[in-house]
Amino acid sequence: MSIDMLVNLLAKGLWQTVYMVFVSGLIGTAIGLPIGVFLATSGKGELFAAPGWNRVIGLIVNATRSTPFIILVVAIIPFTRIIAGTSIGTRAAIVPLTIATIPFVARLIEGAIREVDKGLVEAARAMGATPLQIVTKVLLAEAMPSIALGITLTIVSLIGYSAMVGAVGGGGLGDLGIRYGYQRFMPEVMLAVVVVLIVLVQAVQSAGDALARRFDKRNRKS
Amino acid sequence: MANESALPETDPMLVFEGVTKEFPATHKGENGFKALNGVDYTVPRGTITGIIGRSGAGKSTLVRLVNGLEKPTNGRVLVDGTDVTKLSGGSLRTLRRSVGMIFQHFNLLSSRTVFDNVAMPLEIAGMPAKAIKAKIEPLIDMVGLSDKLDRYPAELSGGQKQRVGIARALATDPKLLLSDEATSALDPETTQHILDLLKTINRELGLTVLLITHEMEVVKTATSRVAVMDGGKIVESGRTFDVFLRPQHATTQTLLASMPGTGLPDWIKRKVKDSPAPGDDALVRLTFFGDTADQPLVARLTKELGLDVRIMSGTVDEIAGDPFGNLVIAYSAEPGVMEQARAFFAKTGLVAEEVGYVD
Repeated sequence: MSIDMLVNLLAKGLWQTVYMVFVSGLIGTAIGLPIGVFLATSGKGELFAAPGWNRVIGLIVNATRSTPFIILVVAIIPFTRIIAGTSIGTRAAIVPLTIATIPFVARLIEGAIREVDKGLVEAARAMGATPLQIVTKVLLAEAMPSIALGITLTIVSLIGYSAMVGAVGGGGLGDLGIRYGYQRFMPEVMLAVVVVLIVLVQAVQSAGDALARRFDKRNRKS
Repeated sequence: MANESALPETDPMLVFEGVTKEFPATHKGENGFKALNGVDYTVPRGTITGIIGRSGAGKSTLVRLVNGLEKPTNGRVLVDGTDVTKLSGGSLRTLRRSVGMIFQHFNLLSSRTVFDNVAMPLEIAGMPAKAIKAKIEPLIDMVGLSDKLDRYPAELSGGQKQRVGIARALATDPKLLLSDEATSALDPETTQHILDLLKTINRELGLTVLLITHEMEVVKTATSRVAVMDGGKIVESGRTFDVFLRPQHATTQTLLASMPGTGLPDWIKRKVKDSPAPGDDALVRLTFFGDTADQPLVARLTKELGLDVRIMSGTVDEIAGDPFGNLVIAYSAEPGVMEQARAFFAKTGLVAEEVGYVD
């Protein structure tokens, strides 16, 4: 395979990966975030106490998270077809990726919010804050550093998951590695894919860390 | 209750009426926990009133009823005439804006600067940004932090953090300030500065302050009235000066004994005997305050009664702004002499307590 061809394949694979990860990460976070907030605030005696719903949502989240991703991809093909209009291709692959992202993000957000000092919630209540103001001005604001790290972790995991959507023709770097590197015995393609993935994950992680540091005002020294 | 009846009729800012609070059992089969066991108490407008007790006495629960962070099981809590227990939702949030609160661990948002922390109650109340700025800059100035507007809490010392907490609590112009162990995480010097600030605020803004603490020292410096809590009840209350001078309840006496300058020093305690051996001296503790504080008392005892007086220990201190002294002396334990001395103390209006005998 010529260098040109390889570069072309890598560029296309990288674009597909970035596209799938970005879109599913965005939609997954948009849906996962409120679920995470709900999980963190709806326990007994909490801000939006609804212990029954908390248990039901928690159960669904756990069920989704314990389904191996490759099984999830195949199992929800009919649903994928309804949403994306097709069950194969990059656009179709976004559906299972998003479904997998939602519970992942939800649990990370829940954890981040539960770390926020209860005293801050009490202070906000004493100020006359509404429950919604407590969520936005206290819980989410104070959890931002952890949330940034959590979303970074989500994106890195999504990059890993995206390698599996080759099963439904999703494309992307992982798929490239399997089809050319493994099935066609082209170790140089495999190697190039792995190098590009390492660089991509490093870049995402560094950006995420930098963002979390910017949000974190807890360890400032005067 | 010490002298409660002698107080003039006061205009109440805060009234607790038959308040009880029972927390449900956390585990099945266990009994619930009764944190408050029938509290009746009135905080007069414009005072700094202390509530002191050991941990678990119920004082934190009591203060949390005032702004509805907890609901009482029974009874009423009236803030400036409004029954807080009847409020909920929007009306409760409105009330909370008229009651400021400061905390032991400051509870500042780490993600916000000093300015934004103080601005938060106004932001919550929906005040426009410009008005907020005009409102809180003088407040931050008053607590002495105008050079720290853009700093984050992590860059401040404990005392500075509590100053931010105080400025934040005052942002909504409350009529009542609740202080829940606000100096308990601070060193003695910083504690004094914070208490001085609270006294200034009380004096200049006419704000009523309810101060929860487990430290007698704090009550002594800052409050004019105090209630002592034990086992979910108020066991003693009155003017701080009176309660300190003549503690009636065992809990108060124990709390006071832990304070330097009251009670007997340890080395004397070890020597005190209940009955005299021949040649022993009587040990007497004199408490003097007000007019009696500046008498040449030892000299008069020596001159008028011809007593050989030994001074064992003594302090002169201030309670709620009034001077008071505590002197432990010893003189001959002969019955005739002791009778003479009693007559002398009665005549001069000194509070004398015969504690025992020493050799």
